[in-house]
Amino acid sequence: MLSMTNIPDQKSLSRQLAVAERRNKIKAFVLVVPLLLFVLASFVLPIASLVWLGGYNDTFSKALPETTRLLQQWDAKSPISEELAASFVTELRAAKLKDAAVPTRVATVINREQAGSLSKIKQVLTASDMASPFKEHLIALNDEWAKPDIWHAMKIVAPSFTPRFYLQALDHRITADGTIVSETDDNAIQILLFSRTLMVAAIVTLLCAILGFPIAYIMAHAETKTSNMMLIVVLLPFWTSLLVRTTAWIALLQQNGVINDLLVRIGLIDNDHRLVMMYNMFATLVAMTHVLLPFMILPLFSVMKSIKGNLTRAALSLGATPWTAFWKVYFPQTIPGLGAGCLLVFILAVGYYITPALVGGQSGQLISNIIAFHMQKTLNWSLASAIGTLLLIGVLLLYWLYNRLVGIDKMKLA
Amino acid sequence: MSDGFVRFENIQKTYDGKSLVVKSLNLSIGRGEFLTMLGPSGSGKTTTLMMLAGFESATGGEIYLDGIKINNIPPHKRGLGMVFQNYALFPHMTIAENVAFPLKVRGVSKADAEDKVRKALDMVQMSGLQSRKPAQLSGGQQQRIALARALVFEPKLLLMDEPLGALDKQLREHMQYEIKHLHDRLGITVVYVTHDQSEALTMSDRIAVFDDGRIQQLATPDELYEKPENSFVAQFIGENNKLRGVVKEISNGRARVEIGGNTIIDALPIQAEIGKPTIVSVRPERVEIEPSASEVTASGRIEEIIYLGDHIRIRMTVLGSSNFVVKVRNRSGRRTFTAGEEVRIGWALQDCRALDV
Ligand SMILES: Nc1ncnc2c1ncn2[C@@H]1O[C@H](COP(=O)(O)OP(=O)(O)OP(=O)(O)O)[C@@H](O)[C@H]1O
Ligand SMILES: [Mg+2]
Repeated sequence: MLSMTNIPDQKSLSRQLAVAERRNKIKAFVLVVPLLLFVLASFVLPIASLVWLGGYNDTFSKALPETTRLLQQWDAKSPISEELAASFVTELRAAKLKDAAVPTRVATVINREQAGSLSKIKQVLTASDMASPFKEHLIALNDEWAKPDIWHAMKIVAPSFTPRFYLQALDHRITADGTIVSETDDNAIQILLFSRTLMVAAIVTLLCAILGFPIAYIMAHAETKTSNMMLIVVLLPFWTSLLVRTTAWIALLQQNGVINDLLVRIGLIDNDHRLVMMYNMFATLVAMTHVLLPFMILPLFSVMKSIKGNLTRAALSLGATPWTAFWKVYFPQTIPGLGAGCLLVFILAVGYYITPALVGGQSGQLISNIIAFHMQKTLNWSLASAIGTLLLIGVLLLYWLYNRLVGIDKMKLA
Repeated sequence: MSDGFVRFENIQKTYDGKSLVVKSLNLSIGRGEFLTMLGPSGSGKTTTLMMLAGFESATGGEIYLDGIKINNIPPHKRGLGMVFQNYALFPHMTIAENVAFPLKVRGVSKADAEDKVRKALDMVQMSGLQSRKPAQLSGGQQQRIALARALVFEPKLLLMDEPLGALDKQLREHMQYEIKHLHDRLGITVVYVTHDQSEALTMSDRIAVFDDGRIQQLATPDELYEKPENSFVAQFIGENNKLRGVVKEISNGRARVEIGGNTIIDALPIQAEIGKPTIVSVRPERVEIEPSASEVTASGRIEEIIYLGDHIRIRMTVLGSSNFVVKVRNRSGRRTFTAGEEVRIGWALQDCRALDV
């Protein structure tokens, strides 16, 4: 009989394999650690904090914990209790003693819900005689304190965890009694901006595809020398700063810019009727298409380059007209590249900031400009985060859709 | 054959405007013929085929198909079937869609197309794989599909450019017979390109040997092998012993060639001129060792003996050439050889051709 002893059983075999592979795994891990840390610090953490910040704001509850508790107990209908008024005044004034900036921040938060609250809260801080009964004193200071509005605003901003920023990002708001209502038309700008952004991104993607496809085709089928030359020309924009490229469009498109001058010179338009091509949607579309075009051309080029030349010939030899050969045989092969290019351009366009900011004027502003506005001007980071998160979710949805339709594994980048 | 089905008349082709890749080509292919273009790499075979298919335009001369000049007819209107080296199956279509493609673009009804596709796949013994994608097939299977696709619309002429180049030896030989049988059965005219001479010899009715943009010889396989008209063909087809010499005299259909300065042997004067150098070529299997009665004889020393099973390959030094090879059939009771032995060898006059240098 042959002995089976020298054939190790399954378990010890896999153990041996694991031991053999551990060293390699450790080595590989050590090599990627720096990048891992970098990605963690520059990508994962910021995104996590973005999502968090959109739903969490403790400015009020941290400064006025007791008031927060009492506000949450209040049913928002009955008149406010003396206890609530007392806690509000004492906690606010106590906070001022610790850090003078805190009450202002709290007041700003309340003010966003109820305009005009800022000055009233400042009055409370500076008033010299604030003692029991606090409710009467407040009303004496300003009879607005007798109305429920400012208290409602406080009840809304008090909870640390709140859906109000996400709701605001979708043109809705929450009321003191917890119902969700849609924003009045005058204030409803987010959805408008979202849809404008999506539309601009879609148009820019379409323009890039229409303009990029023939270029990529010619590049992929030209001689090496010509195609290298063209590749350099396509990549040339990357060698110039985005800012310079964008400002170049200002020089071209503005009312006394190059194009208008030229059109006037050759008599196509009247000097008094120069075309308005700058600081509007048109300028945004033109400049963004220009800036994003290489991102369409490169994946298309690389895919077309790998398409076997004799496929089209085979189609022709089988009797297909040149158009059929292109449409039924060549074009389907380019879809992975076209898909990758469209996805890339669309995602970049959705989040584009600098170009619309510079050339877009009022009508050419996109959602990213609003995010920047809330980050820098209103300092409402929570709202900025909420909008940013929604944008991220939108892009991920798109990505998912692309994966379903084309398949991410088929994607080819340059 | 001036009334050939396919006719090339003085065809020239240059890609760069400086050098001719195809030089004044004249070729006539009969209806139903299997013609192979054989030649080394870069000799212009593909270029010639592409001009016939319409993918390259001739820079001079005329091409006729069935009596009609086709120089200016675009490829999709020529109605030729074509099989490419890498099959060129459409990767995004299933096998059935691939084979149905030429029918679809011709507007054949769906039912008819299905029927024809099934028959075409049966013909190449590939039924049952209709719904697979080309990437899921082996090279040989892809080849058959490509063949089915090129034949399904019953073209007048089938062009094949090294269709078996990517297959391994065994499969290649198998496919050679299959294609040959298909040709016999369908009676279709085939123009076949290869640089594999055994493939050409196996399959063809006639072979056009290309070199340097010219047809060096156009003949049936046996004629090509037995009666090469110049040294290029003699060397390119099969194996040949070369003996360099100078023609001294030509008379009575014999050339007397002086080899190595003192020996004179007889050869058929194919391309020989008195006083000019020549190469006398003799096939290794036509050489006899210790011949009983031979028209031409010489002596040689055995250098190396290689046993190859069905035959013995003996390398000898003969008339100053140390690369003279003799093949001896390995039959029972044959004589044994030893290296260093001096033997007499001989061959018939008709097997010994004096060719150009
Ligand atoms: N598109 C082209 N542009 C320029 N020169 C070409 C082109 N195609 C072929 N040639 C040149 O023409 C000559 C003949 O090429 P061809 O492809 O006809 O050779 P072939 O006999 O088919 O060779 P192979 O056995 O290697 O396929 C070669 O020298 C080749 O370099
Ligand atoms: Mg070739």
